[in-house]
Amino acid sequence: MDWLKYALKRLIMLIPVIICVTFILFVILSLAPGDVARMILGADATDEQIAALNHEMGLDRPLLIRYVSYMVDAVQLDFGTSWTGNFDVLEEFSFRLPYTLLVSTLAILFAIAVGVPLGIASAIKQYSLLDYGCTFVVMLLFSMPAFWLGTMCQIFFCLTLRWLPVSGVGSWQSYILPAVILGANTLASMIRMSRTSMLDVIKMDYIRTARAKGNSNKDVIIHHAIRNSLIPVVTQIGINFAGTIGGAVVTENIFAIPGIGSMLINAVKGRDVPVVMGTVIFITVIVCVINLLVDLVCAIIDPRIDLAS
Amino acid sequence: MRKKKTLSEYSTGELVLYRFRKNKLAMLGVAMFLFVALFILFAPLIRPYDTVVKQNIADRLQGPSSEYIFGTDELGRDLFSRILYGGRISLFCSLAIIAIAFVSGALIGGAAGFFGGKVDTVLMRIVDMLMSVPSALLAMAIITALGNGVWKLVLALAIGQIPRFARMVRSSVITLRNMEYVEAARCFGISSMKIMLKHILPNGIGPIVVSATLTLGAVILSISSMGYLGLGVASPTPEWGTIISENKVNIQYYPYLGIIPGICIMLTVMSVNFIGDGLRDAFDPKSKN
Repeated sequence: MDWLKYALKRLIMLIPVIICVTFILFVILSLAPGDVARMILGADATDEQIAALNHEMGLDRPLLIRYVSYMVDAVQLDFGTSWTGNFDVLEEFSFRLPYTLLVSTLAILFAIAVGVPLGIASAIKQYSLLDYGCTFVVMLLFSMPAFWLGTMCQIFFCLTLRWLPVSGVGSWQSYILPAVILGANTLASMIRMSRTSMLDVIKMDYIRTARAKGNSNKDVIIHHAIRNSLIPVVTQIGINFAGTIGGAVVTENIFAIPGIGSMLINAVKGRDVPVVMGTVIFITVIVCVINLLVDLVCAIIDPRIDLAS
Repeated sequence: MRKKKTLSEYSTGELVLYRFRKNKLAMLGVAMFLFVALFILFAPLIRPYDTVVKQNIADRLQGPSSEYIFGTDELGRDLFSRILYGGRISLFCSLAIIAIAFVSGALIGGAAGFFGGKVDTVLMRIVDMLMSVPSALLAMAIITALGNGVWKLVLALAIGQIPRFARMVRSSVITLRNMEYVEAARCFGISSMKIMLKHILPNGIGPIVVSATLTLGAVILSISSMGYLGLGVASPTPEWGTIISENKVNIQYYPYLGIIPGICIMLTVMSVNFIGDGLRDAFDPKSKN
């Protein structure tokens, strides 16, 4: 039950983080110049109308009071309504979240499924053609903008060859390209990380011992090396997840996926503060929870990691 | 006759430079970067600025030719000029972002590491908070507040990078702070500021420079992504991401409009990454495998 205690402790520690992150965001977003009420009502509005709307939205109160009332509402799961679209932030978010989570999870799974075996293989056969090939691909993927790769692949595979649907979420095929594009960067770091980590492990004394005992090469790699080489890779997955959610904004934009990303872009363009605020808080919580899960998985893989301390 | 130096007579800096120059990939990176940087720096000598926005409908969507090296877009604007001047924004902004993040990160992390105690706890708590927000989202929140614009974009992306630098500087200061030579310097009564600048900074700067170089590549990509999403530099001001975004509908039938700007971004980022990898291996030869 150690891990349960640890998980609970981490979740409780999340509360102050969220309170502070919300405060920082609140301060940043309140710096927005210009009059929100005027923006919503348009240029023709009279000063009385603007003052009335400001009062209605509570924008005429001091920052700290607005923050406290936001937090009180947030605890009751009320994250306000959009300024521009008149929808409930939490409702819209929970409607869109599954798309983003699905694409991000598929992307990460794709990156792990392809990247880890490739990385391990290129470490075992160091300086082989495969190794050089992987290094080259990693180099390319790290220097390529995801939006460019996405746009070019969309044009090539969807418009020219017509193999896959161009956009939307109509069928399972429409998730293939977004997941691959979103996972491309993680794929590169998976290959690099598992290669480096495997190379480190292979040099260890206990691997030499295992070989000296007369175990076959396959046996040594599968039973002695892989598990130990996976710990840094799992940690890397956690680090990459935050980036993947950020990257989802771009991918969703290219492939017109109705996820969090497209909502966020519209909100940023329209200066829709409640939506931006809510989205950033939710995603921060999700990323923190995923990092917690990653730490738990690490403890399962490596019994030496002591969660209690 | 000049006496040949033995290995121990070389300073650390000379050794780093030597190892860096031996690294072929890193030198290739330097050459590629200089190539791009020179074009961008001397852009006004190559093409006057008005060719960037001058529309010439008669010559719209012309493929690469001797008159238009990279062809023209749907408004008949010269793609080569747009990429040259777009590169100025991409490159200058990313350097500015790194500079801001580097200096603020060094101040925060340096203070936290050097003074320790309460200062450290408070500063690092704030840094940890900022770090738990994905940097792309933080940048978007800041853009929501400030609005579009080149300098606003620089600020938004720079703030997202500060925590990383602050943490790195802090940990290297903490390692060096307890070294004997720092203690010796303190015994001589040298002021904290001077110890910081003369004794700790030169020894701890290596990994931070490496990370700054590698971050530079990522920042160039972020700027262009923001431009592509319409949250960064707005058209008609050219920027590499914006150029791809404004030509999106024409790329299928006029592929050069997508391929050329994409390759420009890729080559620049790749050259920076080569330099970063080379610097890392030069500062820490053990890390190479």
